[in-house]
Amino acid sequence: MSDNAMNETPKTRRDFLFAAASAVGVAGAAVAVWPFVDSLNPAADTRALSTIEVDLSPIAAGQAITVKWRGKPVFIRHRTGQEIEAAREVKVDDLRDPQPDAERVQKPEWLIMVGVCTHLGCVPLGQKAGDPHGDFGGWFCPCHGSHYDTSGRVRKGPAPKNLAVPQYTFLSDTQIRIG
Amino acid sequence: MTAPGRLNRAIDWFDQRLPLISLMKHSAIEYPTPKNLNYWWNFGSLAGFMLVVMIVTGLFLAMQYTPNVNMAFDSVERIMRDVNYGWLIRYLHMNGASMFFVVVYIHVFRGLYYGSYKPPRELLWWIGLVILLLMMATAFMGYVLPWGQMSLWGATVITNLFSAIPVVGEHIVTLLWGGFSVDNPTLNRFFVLHFLLPFAIFGVVILHVWALHTVKSNNPLGIDVKGPQDVIPFHPYYTVKDLFGVGVFLIVYCVFVFWYPNYLGHPDNYIPANPMVTPPHIVPEWYFLPFYAILRAVPDKLMGVIAMFAAILVLFALPWLDTSKVRSGTFRPKFKIAFWLFVVDCFVLGYVGSQPAEGIWIVVGRIASVYYFLHLLVFLPLLSKFEKTKPLPESIGKPILDPAPGGGAAAGAKALVVLFAVFAFAAATPALAAEGTTLRKQSWSWQGMFGTYDEAQLRRGYQVYREICSACHAMKLIHFRNVQAFGFSEDAVKELAASYTVTDGPDDNGDMFDRPALPSDRFPSPFPNENAAKAANGGALPPDLSLLTKAREGGADYVFSILTGFATQPPDVELPPGKFYNTAFAGHAISMPPQITDGAVEFADGTPNNADQIARDVSAFLQWAAEPELEERHAMGVKTVLFLFAATALMYALKRRIWAAVH
Ligand code: FES
Repeated sequence: MSDNAMNETPKTRRDFLFAAASAVGVAGAAVAVWPFVDSLNPAADTRALSTIEVDLSPIAAGQAITVKWRGKPVFIRHRTGQEIEAAREVKVDDLRDPQPDAERVQKPEWLIMVGVCTHLGCVPLGQKAGDPHGDFGGWFCPCHGSHYDTSGRVRKGPAPKNLAVPQYTFLSDTQIRIG
Repeated sequence: MTAPGRLNRAIDWFDQRLPLISLMKHSAIEYPTPKNLNYWWNFGSLAGFMLVVMIVTGLFLAMQYTPNVNMAFDSVERIMRDVNYGWLIRYLHMNGASMFFVVVYIHVFRGLYYGSYKPPRELLWWIGLVILLLMMATAFMGYVLPWGQMSLWGATVITNLFSAIPVVGEHIVTLLWGGFSVDNPTLNRFFVLHFLLPFAIFGVVILHVWALHTVKSNNPLGIDVKGPQDVIPFHPYYTVKDLFGVGVFLIVYCVFVFWYPNYLGHPDNYIPANPMVTPPHIVPEWYFLPFYAILRAVPDKLMGVIAMFAAILVLFALPWLDTSKVRSGTFRPKFKIAFWLFVVDCFVLGYVGSQPAEGIWIVVGRIASVYYFLHLLVFLPLLSKFEKTKPLPESIGKPILDPAPGGGAAAGAKALVVLFAVFAFAAATPALAAEGTTLRKQSWSWQGMFGTYDEAQLRRGYQVYREICSACHAMKLIHFRNVQAFGFSEDAVKELAASYTVTDGPDDNGDMFDRPALPSDRFPSPFPNENAAKAANGGALPPDLSLLTKAREGGADYVFSILTGFATQPPDVELPPGKFYNTAFAGHAISMPPQITDGAVEFADGTPNNADQIARDVSAFLQWAAEPELEERHAMGVKTVLFLFAATALMYALKRRIWAAVH
């Protein structure tokens, strides 16, 4: 029935109209989807909170603190000379995720990294006194047994990468801004 | 039927196991539809379209909204200000409710005119009325969610309707509230129900369409389909016609969303809910006004409530009230007149509902309410007995006796549009004019289709706020980072924020401490809490200014008029102690002392600093604070509407092509 109706009008004209209308309709619908998808991205207030400042002065050598940044723990460790030494001695080529210690710190005594295991996102142990430090004196993830060394590099277990180092800057000797 | 190819085989395989595809084909493609449906038949599919729009926008809003009395209002404002495109999604939803009702009311009136409630479509009609009732419940509960003044007091008034029920009324109301007033438990359950009911509506809509496809569509002639020559397949004829209708409709919808998003709403709902203060005029949303008028027309609590519910329930009885064998109003000259009088009556009721219940409006409201029932309960039965109807055409396909049956409908359409426009205008016109206040209308840079803010003016206005207003008024919804909108660089914002001190904490020792503010901090409030603010201001709370221009009838003009409206009181007026005379303030006695005087601030850009200029600049700044999304909204609106015009024109051309053979 519908075909009969069409035959009386020039085929090409209708085909063009049909194609144009469909294209415009589909394009419009596709563009209309974007605001909805984008509304699920971080909102302006979330984005505005994406930097924090931390005062390092109260952290003695050998101590560590955990601060919250973008909803995740950030490990800040004031490393001892021994720990720095241990981190530097490792042969970089033997590592799963090869990275010299110098690339992971701005000042050797301050190790700053995101405390999220690169395997599946648990928080490794090793921040608090009495925590296990794993086989390499750094951190140990209890979820599936990943071991990190004193530079936060993965040495054993299923994690594929070293603990991530966030972007940060020293505002002064004892003040950093993360993010 | 089975064309070769893997795809078709796969489709057949699926369809033999679950005939979903043949169902779709049967009901959305082949569905034989009378070939003479006019544009009034577009509103059914439009209503379905709106239901989908409301569910989609609602889902995305629900992902950001917090149903808690302490957070609901701010979470809505966060959607408006911080969530990407949040303002768009919320305005689509908010105005979508109004559009949905416009469409559904027209759909109902179409059914009334063309007798779509008569056999064999009674059940179809009843299911439709159930949808209407569910929509009303959903809309009412949705209006409560932003937790503004109208939300709270609308909820209080409407739930209190049930207290009219003898004996158990009070208990029912307590049960609805989950407490002794409309409070957090009420908000929580309303949110849940507002989320649930649209899906219930969706289910009932499926029944509605199922019933429709069983008894088939009515048509403007109201006569039965006699054979295949009377029908055409739904696709492509009515799909393209409906799509064209969606295009036209979207243009109207978008004009509201992008340029008049709050026109159909109420300024009071931008004031956070306060259980201690009732707004002076409690008015429901426009789509409830006729029923509200009927409620108020009856001077007895229980009878008023009964009359209001009866106004809808009586529509269920239409198949028995109007027994005329002729369905379409086109062939019923007297019915036609009665129908249009009834339409006018509904608009009168709506207008009365928007006015304060006093003076002439009480009388008009009563007459209109009586007429409403008179039409349905008396005129319709009498008409169906005594009216002499015009002869019906033999069939839809045959030439029609009446040369232009569409002519009446077209005239009616125009009348309806005009009436609706008048009504919308009247309903939104503030009742303030009567109170003898003066509104000094200004011309503002953001007015008009392309309107934008004047950055230099916003900077000056912000300076005025900082140097004068901020001594008493908080702006809790504004963050330092927001001032980037009028030309502060990122570093300038940091510097600005750092010049303020905020209290943060607790620190590791559990103590609160002071620190310089950050761009992500809110503007600090001048007082630690509301009571301190009241105590310091002679008992009157200086309102938060973040939303002031949206929360007051007259917007920026009103703020400007207040700031410049101080005058020496006329000799016959007595002012209470601590009050000041202001020509723009309702009641003329305002607690705020005059602040804006010539030379009160020094503008760095050399703009003259007379009182009018200062007041204008700070009003503009407050307008920006209330609607920071305005520029983005206007720009997107222009693009969207241009696109819609093009797309709709294309649809129209395609529709003419496709229909060429039928006409
Ligand atoms: S998440 Fe850390 S080891 Fe699996």
